[in-house]
Amino acid sequence: MLLIHCPYCKEKLPELEFEYAGQAHIARPDNPAEQTDAEWRDYLFIRSNVRGDHAEQWRHSHGCGRYFNALRNTVSDKFIATYEIGQACPTSHAEGEENNEQLES
Amino acid sequence: MAFNSTVETLPAMGRFSLRCKRENTVAMSKALGFELPSSISESAQSGGMTALKLGPDEWMLTCPMEARSEIEKSLAAIYPDAVHSLTDISSREVSIRISGPEAEELLSTSCPRNLAELKSGRGVRTIFDSVQVILTREEQNQFRLDVWRSFVPHVMGLLRVAVAEFECGL
Repeated sequence: MLLIHCPYCKEKLPELEFEYAGQAHIARPDNPAEQTDAEWRDYLFIRSNVRGDHAEQWRHSHGCGRYFNALRNTVSDKFIATYEIGQACPTSHAEGEENNEQLES
Repeated sequence: MAFNSTVETLPAMGRFSLRCKRENTVAMSKALGFELPSSISESAQSGGMTALKLGPDEWMLTCPMEARSEIEKSLAAIYPDAVHSLTDISSREVSIRISGPEAEELLSTSCPRNLAELKSGRGVRTIFDSVQVILTREEQNQFRLDVWRSFVPHVMGLLRVAVAEFECGL
């Protein structure tokens, strides 16, 4: 079982307490009415599907109940970092880890 | 090997879910008459009342059934200055107490947490065989599970099976 560090509880806890909640850092447009259909489609549906380090949201649903962000390698399933919502994505990754292959740099 | 642990359901007690922002916790503590714990899993108590911090802005208050209206009144009085949400959830859950030298091992049959890391006097919301529970370590060898009412037969059933296995030395 994966052990995930919750940035709010400050503990490493079993995966069973958490749930995955999609890609992170997708900001809702300030005024959806001004969006074109293509932009709105991109906001709603288009995701990166990274092979490598992926910034994603998780929720500690059976614990403190908070959403937080995590940087996880989708190949090795290793959690590189977890951080609170609102913080910037840590860009560094461990030596030997696979790079993002699809994300624009 | 002798088995000396007990599993029992507890009589009804008052429970509240309290949500409020950090800047209001001072006012809430004043109205309650004791300091609300400031970090997750910590608890504080005064008289018959206990506050357990479950999340960054969430506490569970427990008290005797007859003390409920008093808490509601004292917090309602400060509502205009310190906005919060206080919900009576007394009948939502049933408490199960597990006590005895094997209590920790008994719980570890269905709880994925490392219970050795849960210190005495602390409590957390966690999962017990897919059921969300609030697990409090009241003393070194005494735990309390707060389980949603409809899941109690399931949880008690699992504990009964575990007790039977412990008793025959499995």
